[in-house]
Amino acid sequence: MYLTLDGVEKKFQSNTNNEVKVLDDISFEVEKGQFVSIVGPSGCGKSTLLYLVSGLEKASKGKIEISGEQVTKPGPDRVVVFQEDGLFPWLNVLDNVTYGLLLKKMPKKEAEAKATEMLKLVHLSNYADSYPHQLSGGMKHRVAIARALVMDPDILLMDEPFAALDEQTRMALHNELLEIWRKTKVTVLFVTHNIREAVLLSQKIIVMATRPGKIKATYHVQTTQDGYTPDSVTLDLEQKILATLEEEMEKVLKEELGDDYNFKKSDIHRDTNGDMGSGI
Amino acid sequence: MVIWEVASRLSTVPTFMFPGVLQVLETLFNGIINGQITGAIFQSIGRLLVGFTIAVIVGLILGYLIWRYKLVDDTLGFLVVALQSIPSIVWLPLAIVWFGLGETAILFVVTIGATWTMTMNTTSGFKNVPTLYQRVARTYGSSGFHLLRTVIIPASIPQIISGLRLAWAFSWRALMAGELLGAGGGLGHLLETGRSLGQMDLVISVMIIIAIIGTIMDNVVFTRLEKNVQKKWGLS
Ligand SMILES: Nc1ncnc2c1ncn2[C@@H]1O[C@H](COP(=O)(O)OP(=O)(O)OP(=O)(O)O)[C@@H](O)[C@H]1O
Ligand SMILES: [Mg+2]
Repeated sequence: MYLTLDGVEKKFQSNTNNEVKVLDDISFEVEKGQFVSIVGPSGCGKSTLLYLVSGLEKASKGKIEISGEQVTKPGPDRVVVFQEDGLFPWLNVLDNVTYGLLLKKMPKKEAEAKATEMLKLVHLSNYADSYPHQLSGGMKHRVAIARALVMDPDILLMDEPFAALDEQTRMALHNELLEIWRKTKVTVLFVTHNIREAVLLSQKIIVMATRPGKIKATYHVQTTQDGYTPDSVTLDLEQKILATLEEEMEKVLKEELGDDYNFKKSDIHRDTNGDMGSGI
Repeated sequence: MVIWEVASRLSTVPTFMFPGVLQVLETLFNGIINGQITGAIFQSIGRLLVGFTIAVIVGLILGYLIWRYKLVDDTLGFLVVALQSIPSIVWLPLAIVWFGLGETAILFVVTIGATWTMTMNTTSGFKNVPTLYQRVARTYGSSGFHLLRTVIIPASIPQIISGLRLAWAFSWRALMAGELLGAGGGLGHLLETGRSLGQMDLVISVMIIIAIIGTIMDNVVFTRLEKNVQKKWGLS
């Protein structure tokens, strides 16, 4: 097995010095070159899970191994496309995209040629000299995606990379991503809120439960991925996942309404917005 | 200006104490031509640049150390906050005892006034670098000095520029006070000369120059720099 998570647990120190368990007993395996999606309610620890695999955060318990080697620190073989674009505002688009390449000691000429090529792929070749503040939100996200893809990573960790994009661009990028995935055999861990996106792109879908984040179900997608044509199989799967998630959402809502109900009874002077949605 | 001129003509105060606009402008003009005021300007600016530069360099280094090492933060960091609240001219008596009443004493006051502000702004700039930028850099393999050079410092530029602006204002004020009290020429000293000779037209001329230089630096140089940087860094 290529990427293995075994009994991974993550706790965070909360401000009251208590420990909050965000992820509990996460175990799954990913084959080399597999495209795996992770879906789950907001706040269930999807981003945290990606950070653990990337090495940016350390697991409190359990093991994360890549080709048998334990992950201890971040490395350019595992690149993250963050939920927010995270472009450096002091660098122009081209310099943002070459940042990682130059760190790999690639000659500047070669890095720039590669970056330009990648920018063409995300339809931003005319903006190489622009600065991030001159781009729209969706454009910034595409630069961030280009910056990650240009690295030719072994594992691509994507945190809702297409959430900020319009439908057309999203579909175009789905295709590009699948193309690149097929060409480079990169292993993809793809977090999304969009069930259809998960079903259309991936071979395996992990559905997470929340508080603490756990694996609720795993689905395998049978059809060949082409990124845009739903058929009866995928539609059926979509429904199944939706049903699983709805259970989970109900749980979240119940908990939250419970909170709401309690505080209304105990303290009517509190700001009505007080705790609502704190876990969303 | 008209009111000033009229008030000066009509008032019973003798003209050397309350000169009119025209007279002040004449003195100002002559002072610039014959080099009296121009020389003082260059002397003051020169001193300011030296003091300011030292303050900025020391401030950046101290700021870095406070950010980097918890121990330094707990000790020096606390001290800097206290030191920063001391008006810089208060250091003059000490400076005079240590260095004598001269160039070094004034330079010392100019430098010390700006150093602490610069230190504090650098520290807070470094501390407020968004985690996201650091995470991005680390996933691409950056760490240590490379991370400092390519992410921590550039990301703190807006704060560092605010620091520069404040440091400049502090050292400018300290310089004037220092020159006024100390010996060794400069605009502050020219003020003192004007006072002792009873030439209020000279005093007012120098005040005008001081105001002009202050405004140019603050509004033209720093405010503009700050605005551009904030826009580019997406802060406004
Ligand atoms: N550094 C941290 N310190 C303390 N708690 C944290 C930290 N990072 C995340 N958390 C908590 O962990 C939980 C999971 O966060 P995470 O960002 O992984 O959720 P998510 O599934 O990515 O949510 P979303 O879909 O909204 O992006 C949240 O309740 C959050 O408050
Ligand atoms: Mg997230």
